[in-house]
Amino acid sequence: MNDSQLAALREAAADGVTRDGLSATQDDSGYTFVTPEVSHDGLSEEEFDALATENPWFVSNWHYWRGASETNEAFLRWVEHASELGVRERYETLVNGLTREWGELLVTTTLGTDGERSYELRHTADATTAVAELDSYHDPREAREVSTLDEDGRYRPLKTAPTLREGWRFADLDGRDLVRTVEFFYPATVANWYREQAGELDVSHFRETAERQTGIYSVIDDLDVDSVENLAEACCVDSQCLKRREWDEDEETPLDAPRGDGEFPCREPCSLVVAAARQFAVLEGEETRTYEVELTPSERSQLTDLVDAVADGRVDEIREADVGDGANRYRARYLRAKRLADGEFESLREKN
Amino acid sequence: MPALVIVAHGSHLNPGSHDPTFTHADTVRAAGAFDEVREAFWKEEPSFREVLRTIESEEVYVVPLFVSEGYFTEEVIPRELRLEDWDVSLWDSDGTDADTATLTAADVDKTIHYCGPVGTHPAMSDVIVQRAESVTQNPDVGEGFGLAVVGHGTNRNENSAKAIEYHADRVREMDRFDEVNALFMDEEPEVDDVTDYFESEDVVVVPLFVADGYHTQEDIPEDMGLTDDYREGYETPTEVEGHHIWYAGAVGTEPLMADVLLERAADAGADVDEALDIVRKRTATPAAGD
Repeated sequence: MNDSQLAALREAAADGVTRDGLSATQDDSGYTFVTPEVSHDGLSEEEFDALATENPWFVSNWHYWRGASETNEAFLRWVEHASELGVRERYETLVNGLTREWGELLVTTTLGTDGERSYELRHTADATTAVAELDSYHDPREAREVSTLDEDGRYRPLKTAPTLREGWRFADLDGRDLVRTVEFFYPATVANWYREQAGELDVSHFRETAERQTGIYSVIDDLDVDSVENLAEACCVDSQCLKRREWDEDEETPLDAPRGDGEFPCREPCSLVVAAARQFAVLEGEETRTYEVELTPSERSQLTDLVDAVADGRVDEIREADVGDGANRYRARYLRAKRLADGEFESLREKN
Repeated sequence: MPALVIVAHGSHLNPGSHDPTFTHADTVRAAGAFDEVREAFWKEEPSFREVLRTIESEEVYVVPLFVSEGYFTEEVIPRELRLEDWDVSLWDSDGTDADTATLTAADVDKTIHYCGPVGTHPAMSDVIVQRAESVTQNPDVGEGFGLAVVGHGTNRNENSAKAIEYHADRVREMDRFDEVNALFMDEEPEVDDVTDYFESEDVVVVPLFVADGYHTQEDIPEDMGLTDDYREGYETPTEVEGHHIWYAGAVGTEPLMADVLLERAADAGADVDEALDIVRKRTATPAAGD
């Protein structure tokens, strides 16, 4: 606590102050000063100052939270576990840092001088990485660059895909810049999380989203509920996106695909899901047919290995010489050489 | 203090698509006229649907970083921002003179000034000229030069061609270049035949696109005959059928675009005079020899 914080508290007491167990008021009978441990009223200014000086953490804690926007305050207080830890416990723990995970982001709060908080952000996988090994950033806008490409240099069109690259940290952020940085990594997640906390998350389900579309996307309304189920399973589970899906087919028709365990909600199908849905809607316009194709049992199961490898994003992990894996490149090339001509199975026949 | 939201198309496929948006947003941020400046995208995040809730300010200027008035600016953006009582007649535009409309959005308690796109603002003509200065590295370029303003052109949206012709007309009226013509990718007069439309030996070609991508980096250079294969690159200028073609790439990458964003907000009532001065100084074409 410093003198200006104390002066600010004295001034604010006239309107009444309550924060995390601290209560301070002032009226004709003098000041009151209450914490979970002490309670005094009818205090003179000198007595009030003395009590504040004996309880500096309560004063600096009150001072820190003044002036933050509602959303930022809720998020930053969640970040330092304010609803679980009292001021004293929190201050003791903040010395070494309190952490929270937000998708693949690890937020660490530490205590600066006079109760100011300092925030650090890094990849959850870098939790124990030495600072010297991480690229250091300070400007929130740099998160746009860090989040554009994945570890392999591929574009990440979906910000909340679990493909954030590692090896960086944003250090010495104040509260506002922490939220800005988080919002550059995961846009609108803090705002939507806050709405959800307040019981005011405005979910737009698949069907109303589909009905809203125009132009080339209006076709997605043709998808039936089973296809929407497949769509959610394909695009929206935790292996693909870290948002927790809160939308369904409609208010009355929940989808079975796992919603995910993410901290922040997904309140409507995103543009990537809408674009994928358009492709699926076009493909679902076809009727099924029955085909006959000659394959050995191993070749048939190899086809499922290939589908699985692509669907699980495992293609790059399959070792060059691991010919035991049906999705191995040599295996796939052998199958193509043996069974395909001009991109089609040679033995394929459509049955009537 | 109000906020500025720049709404742009973005891309699911091309990581460079958002670069001009970020760059111009940063220029505006540095000029200090707004407490908050935020980028939002049709194909990226934050989406048009969710950007307004990320803003603290109660007054927001929304400027579309789009080249023409049409489907996106008149239909998609207002719908996705949930602008209540939006009607295109509020802009009272014939396709190139949208100004602003003050509205509320259904999901936030804010006043939204929804501005016309940068592409049809009169100041955009100056950006086209500055783009010509940049590519020729000549702040006085004009005499002895032709200028082609190139648009996508599409039968689906007549305003797309209107914006191109509007700026071609304005630049022609400046009486600076020997010839100025509007050319298109998908309709006559076509950019493929650029040399047929100019007598001047030197022709600057400026595509009215927000970002460089497939059209500006692959299609147009190949169509004009600058190269058979865009991957092999080309010289600037390139000699094509006796003309020197100075191909500028997307006008939207020109730093002066930040000025047009501010002009749009100013037209809607934002107090940005100081910021405009700062931005113009920072984005001016360096004098020859700099």
